[in-house]
Amino acid sequence: MTENELAQKSNQYRQRILKYIVGANAGHTGGSLSCIDILNVLYNYTLNVSPQNFSSPDRDRYIQSKGHCVEALFVVLADKGFFPEEDLNTLCKYQSHYIGHPTKKVKGVEQNTGALGHGLPISVGNALAAKMDEKDFRVFTLMGDGELPEGSNWEAALTAAHYKLDNLCAIIDKNSLQITGSTADVCNTDPIDEKFESFGWAVKHVDGHDLKALKEAFDSLPFEAGKPSLVIAHTVKGKGVSFMENQISWHHGVPSKEQYADALKELSEAL
Amino acid sequence: MKKYTFTEKKDTRSGFGAGLLEAGRNNPEVVALCADLVGSLKMEAFIKEFPERFFQIGIAEANMMGIAAGMTIGGKIPFTGTFANFSTGRVYDQIRQSIAYSDKNVKICASHAGLTLGEDGATHQILEDIGLMKMLPGMTVINPCDYNQTKAATIAIAEHHGPVYLRFGRPVVPIFTDADQKFEIGKAWMVNEGADVSIFATGHLVWEAIQAGEKLAELGIDAEIINIHTIKPLDAEAVLKSVAKTRCVVTAEEHNRLGGLGDSIAQLLAQNNPTPQEYVAVNDSFGESGKPAELMTKYGLDADHIVKAAQKVIARKG
Ligand SMILES: [Mg+2]
Repeated sequence: MTENELAQKSNQYRQRILKYIVGANAGHTGGSLSCIDILNVLYNYTLNVSPQNFSSPDRDRYIQSKGHCVEALFVVLADKGFFPEEDLNTLCKYQSHYIGHPTKKVKGVEQNTGALGHGLPISVGNALAAKMDEKDFRVFTLMGDGELPEGSNWEAALTAAHYKLDNLCAIIDKNSLQITGSTADVCNTDPIDEKFESFGWAVKHVDGHDLKALKEAFDSLPFEAGKPSLVIAHTVKGKGVSFMENQISWHHGVPSKEQYADALKELSEAL
Repeated sequence: MKKYTFTEKKDTRSGFGAGLLEAGRNNPEVVALCADLVGSLKMEAFIKEFPERFFQIGIAEANMMGIAAGMTIGGKIPFTGTFANFSTGRVYDQIRQSIAYSDKNVKICASHAGLTLGEDGATHQILEDIGLMKMLPGMTVINPCDYNQTKAATIAIAEHHGPVYLRFGRPVVPIFTDADQKFEIGKAWMVNEGADVSIFATGHLVWEAIQAGEKLAELGIDAEIINIHTIKPLDAEAVLKSVAKTRCVVTAEEHNRLGGLGDSIAQLLAQNNPTPQEYVAVNDSFGESGKPAELMTKYGLDADHIVKAAQKVIARKG
């Protein structure tokens, strides 16, 4: 897939995220828009995961720790053919499997997540199991910057380094906002790089909306042999829709009819 | 009253250690994780024989539960080991979401449960763990009564698919069950058939119930004693059958009276056969330091308290 095709996908994904959030009248708009470029590159370029190989023990694993941004994951999985996209019309509705957080009942989802601070420990477990079985697959987990204060993350960060899990890549969607306000104000976790480095990780910064930079970062995994890798993806919450960008009200704000139309117009024009 | 004797006392946690080794020999998929309590959980034999299948996680229990959930990929069967307090309350959200809700084949093995932990006192003496764990959908909850039963239960849970909470203890207690027993999850064990009162006991309280049964026999009371080693799923058939005969119940457990075995039995009976019941359990309190026997007496968990409860509930039959 060319750079341009990938960029078009990101744009389409953004439109679909908004469509299904509007349809559900619920969802996590800002965070889904901030992490969608990362998911795009992972699923369309980096990960060895497809509906065809999903039962293969050798597939790469992706675990979305920031489960609330499920809309981003679902539109990508639908696009990859894990399930028909029209299924997402049932998002968050009574009797639908497409609930507000990832569940394994949806094809393509590796792990039930939602409560924060779970993705990294589980990914460490996946990576340990892979090492034990001498498997070559890699384990990726996407975390929000708001969930970093969860202690289980730091416990897992220690274990990942202790067991030299260089088959593990954690990605932080660093949009610098969380539900209450800026991460710096709520509970400052900066400098994230120095913290993880001191825990024994190899860290890279990347513009989380630069598809080429994301590809290159994932191409260079592991960043250091014998160390787990951390990608700090600098992102913008609400990215792609100007009136949503960097506004915490869009953490789980649902666009009105007019706002949705405006957003689609802006995204279409950007195509 | 059927006669039960013992020639040896051992801790149930040693039964776990022996069972873990056996389970490891039976199935190469069995792996073990520990939060810095290898000696307390008696995991050394497993580690010695299968060093590549053991993972020391350090004092990071939430992490250990998540890692165990993650390690199930490829069919591995992780056994986690730490104290009961840190196996449940401390990590409830990890177990709830990443193990129970995710239907992971993780075996949560918990030592030092209850008051009989002894000297360390209230912080470590969890009396709420059965309740916490039985409330989780899909979770199997087992509290064996002696070394042999704990060993057999450990072997059995490795062969059962699904999350399991296995609860055992610290002190040495009489070994009175068969060494070569086959442990059947969810199948109550008839310790003694009787007609006057049903005593349902779990864990360390089974031996106390047997002592109580002998004292009751001297008083002319014919007690039926049933070991409910599996609190969930509860052997409803065995409970209802016994109660239909005796028409009164004593439950005995080393746990808070709220949320434990007694409540499971009471709920079953309320729906099927409302029956007078007395609880031998901790009366909604935390523990304290002391020798196990001293604490069991103070908190009303010994044979004498079971005898009194039996007499009281028989009088309530009317
Ligand atoms: Mg954020």
